[in-house]
Amino acid sequence: MNDSLVIAGKSYRSRLLVGTGKYKDFNETREAIDASGAEIVTVAIRRTNIGQNAGEPNLLDVLPPERFTILPNTAGCYTADDAVRTLRLARELLDGHALVKLEVLGDPVSLFPNMPETLKAAETLVKDGFQVMVYCADDPIQAKMLEEIGCVAVMPLASLIGSGMGILNPWNLRLIIDQARVPVLVDAGVGTASDAAIAMELGCDGVLMNTAIAHARQPVLMASAMKKAVEAGREAFLAGRMPRKHYSADPSSPTSGLIGT
Amino acid sequence: MIQLIINGKPERLQQALTVHALLESRQLAGKRLAVERNGEIVPKGRHAETLLADGDRLEIVVAVGGG
Repeated sequence: MNDSLVIAGKSYRSRLLVGTGKYKDFNETREAIDASGAEIVTVAIRRTNIGQNAGEPNLLDVLPPERFTILPNTAGCYTADDAVRTLRLARELLDGHALVKLEVLGDPVSLFPNMPETLKAAETLVKDGFQVMVYCADDPIQAKMLEEIGCVAVMPLASLIGSGMGILNPWNLRLIIDQARVPVLVDAGVGTASDAAIAMELGCDGVLMNTAIAHARQPVLMASAMKKAVEAGREAFLAGRMPRKHYSADPSSPTSGLIGT
Repeated sequence: MIQLIINGKPERLQQALTVHALLESRQLAGKRLAVERNGEIVPKGRHAETLLADGDRLEIVVAVGGG
């Protein structure tokens, strides 16, 4: 079945996007990412340690940009200006690569997005030629605004970043999905495979996760579970679920031909 | 003697260096990194010709694990 995820004109076979944080070491990072089948992987941009660990391996040697689509993020940025500066550095680091993940946080406790700053940063970045995938609140109005600004994907949270609380407001996600003309990805909140499947069954175009894999007892096994859950959820969405019948049962076996009647 | 702020920390250089020479002196030349000087990107192709000046603020960044 040819069912590609298309973001900014580029097709991807996998609808699972994964982060690269919180792993034990680069070896585990790479193994988990391989098991997840993800083609798009997020990275953070941070100051280098000057004069220390000069021979330290670099994440981009473990995840070569020739093989993976690297999605630099603005995690930890609390203002539009910081987010824009960070992504300009990322573009330079990745030789002109335009696809980025924008997130502007509003509060260190909830890591909830600051939507006014997010909208401001999105506008600047789109004008500057970036292809912006944007972490946002599960607010259909602001998701639409981000799409109208020119973001190439909107990525509402399903629950708080790193919380593993799952899909807390499927109704808002449905509102966002139903109106969107760009891909909608759940970014943040997935805790286990069923959460990813639920997001996909709702009609999300993809799921982005990090902690659910990295903090599983066995990250590589969970990465494989997530791959299957995203595929299963997508296929269930395309297949179309049976209608719910709240007050009556419907036997699966024939009602005629029973013995003794 | 010139004074710089590199990644938020004050540093002194005996003489004005280019960005490339600074990176070389810190064993960072040729690594996958990006440099910003006073809020503006210094493209890789211009590291060798960009001379640092007293009071410059540099950010030197790499990709790290993140979600």
